[in-house]
Amino acid sequence: MTSLLTADNLLLRAGHRTLCSGLSLKVEQGQCWGLLGKNGAGKTSLLHTLAGLRKPAEGTVLLGETPLAALRPAQIAEKIGLLLQESVDALPSTVLETALLGRHPHTKGRLFDNAEDLAIAYEALSNLGIESLAPRTVHSLSGGERQRLALAMLLAQKPRLLLLDEPSNHLDLGFQTPLINLLLSQANGSQRKTALPSDNVSSGAAVIMATHDINLAARVCDNIVLMIGDGETLVGNALDVLTEDNLGKAYDCPIARVKHEGRTLFYPL
Amino acid sequence: MSKLQPFRLLLFALLAAFTSVLVSLLSGSVELSFDDLIAYAVGDIPALQRQVLEEIRFPRTLAAFVTGAALALAGVLMQVLLRNPLADPYILGLSGGAAVGALASIMLGLGGWWLSGTAFVGALVSVGVVFGIASRSGRWSTTHLLLTGVVVSAGWGALINLMLSTSASASVQGMLFWLMGDLSQSRVGLLQVGILITGAALALRAARSLNVLVRGDLVAASLGVHVNGLRLSLFFGASLLTVIAVTTAGSVGFVGLVVPHMLRLTGARDHRLLIPFSLIAGGTFLVVADTLARTLLAPQQLPVGVITALIGVPSFIVILRNAASK
Repeated sequence: MTSLLTADNLLLRAGHRTLCSGLSLKVEQGQCWGLLGKNGAGKTSLLHTLAGLRKPAEGTVLLGETPLAALRPAQIAEKIGLLLQESVDALPSTVLETALLGRHPHTKGRLFDNAEDLAIAYEALSNLGIESLAPRTVHSLSGGERQRLALAMLLAQKPRLLLLDEPSNHLDLGFQTPLINLLLSQANGSQRKTALPSDNVSSGAAVIMATHDINLAARVCDNIVLMIGDGETLVGNALDVLTEDNLGKAYDCPIARVKHEGRTLFYPL
Repeated sequence: MSKLQPFRLLLFALLAAFTSVLVSLLSGSVELSFDDLIAYAVGDIPALQRQVLEEIRFPRTLAAFVTGAALALAGVLMQVLLRNPLADPYILGLSGGAAVGALASIMLGLGGWWLSGTAFVGALVSVGVVFGIASRSGRWSTTHLLLTGVVVSAGWGALINLMLSTSASASVQGMLFWLMGDLSQSRVGLLQVGILITGAALALRAARSLNVLVRGDLVAASLGVHVNGLRLSLFFGASLLTVIAVTTAGSVGFVGLVVPHMLRLTGARDHRLLIPFSLIAGGTFLVVADTLARTLLAPQQLPVGVITALIGVPSFIVILRNAASK
């Protein structure tokens, strides 16, 4: 079986800074990957590179067996969805219209939305608990509601690979767990509560999330890319990568670990 | 929203457009009645009435409609390109370049074909300068493009003022009419109509992508839109539409800014609706304004740009208030 997404020997630069070099990873169906690192370490740049929005200085990204560079944007968008950190709403629009934008890659030049598009958009809205907001204008939403809407748009796109930049931004603590379960249910077709080892995968989509929340990543991600700085990255199983030493190095501050009721929690000293 | 509503509204808009064209054809110094139009249609009309219709009313009404439609569509496209609700067809300095060209013709006492020819060249120079500066930087960021346009506009503005202040007072009135927008000498041919129809068809085909592009380049790219290609097409398409408008009627203000917003505020936010409605509403708006411009103080003709602002401002304020109170 070929991997969903393969990154081979990636070198990313921002100006004169090297964000990562020699980074390779294979994302399989059903996996959830976490992207950790300090502010400005290159999490977003890496995510955009994996989405094909940015060309790596060296190396290739393969979607299935095809290099992203050989695919048209529309072909990539059928398979890869990206949740951005910020949304733009300069001109007025409603919640439902926004969710329907997620269907864009699947419309193939069709000018008007059909019943299926509408049904998928409504389902995505109700999955995020904002179905009742459908006729409201985006301008009238709160930050958290906008984040839910952006997630609904992503779900309406029905991508095989969900790339998420800070998915828990603006969200209530109480909604973070249901959200992650929802996203993971996209990944493996059923809800699961704890991270599974990466060899225990089932068919479905995969998730890669950039987050500043180490505890969130530790709770839900089976694989981690830790961006340490100066191009150095650690890639591997969450249990192996998420150590006090590695995290301390990546975040430039001593970090301690506690175990409580079966969970592992990290906190800065 | 029910499926039927947009079609009913479209029917209503077409009816309004048709009425405005009828009124425009029947208004003017030579009295014409509805019966004359029917007589014209069946080929049984006195020579004078025929001449007035064929040589004055038809061409002028068509020119007004095409100019208004082109400006409204160009306004929609510029607002998407710059992702800015304040954008209008002239924001990138195109009308300034055209004005400098046209004013040069008036200064030299050249009229007719020369006027639109030099306006065309001036507009192209302006498009070229903005495009050159914006693409040299390698980044088509909206802010960069907007700043370039504003600065280039300011440069043209200085030249316009220089020409106005150094011209003989006899030619200044002609210059002011051009600057405010005036349809009294305007004619459009197959070329302008063809460009408008082609532009409208292409814009409608891209309407779904425009909906996505409004949400930002990154969102659009991640949803499979070819962002650079689309933005280049928007830049040149909106420029071409604006060029046919300014070479026809001078820089008629207000239509390109306000018509798209009136429609957005009344619910046509989706570009699949906004594009056809802008064409109809923009054309109708300018036909009505032009009819008023040549009848209000008849026999004196007013520049149509004055009327667009005079009826546009209060109606826009009313719509804005209604939208805010919803």
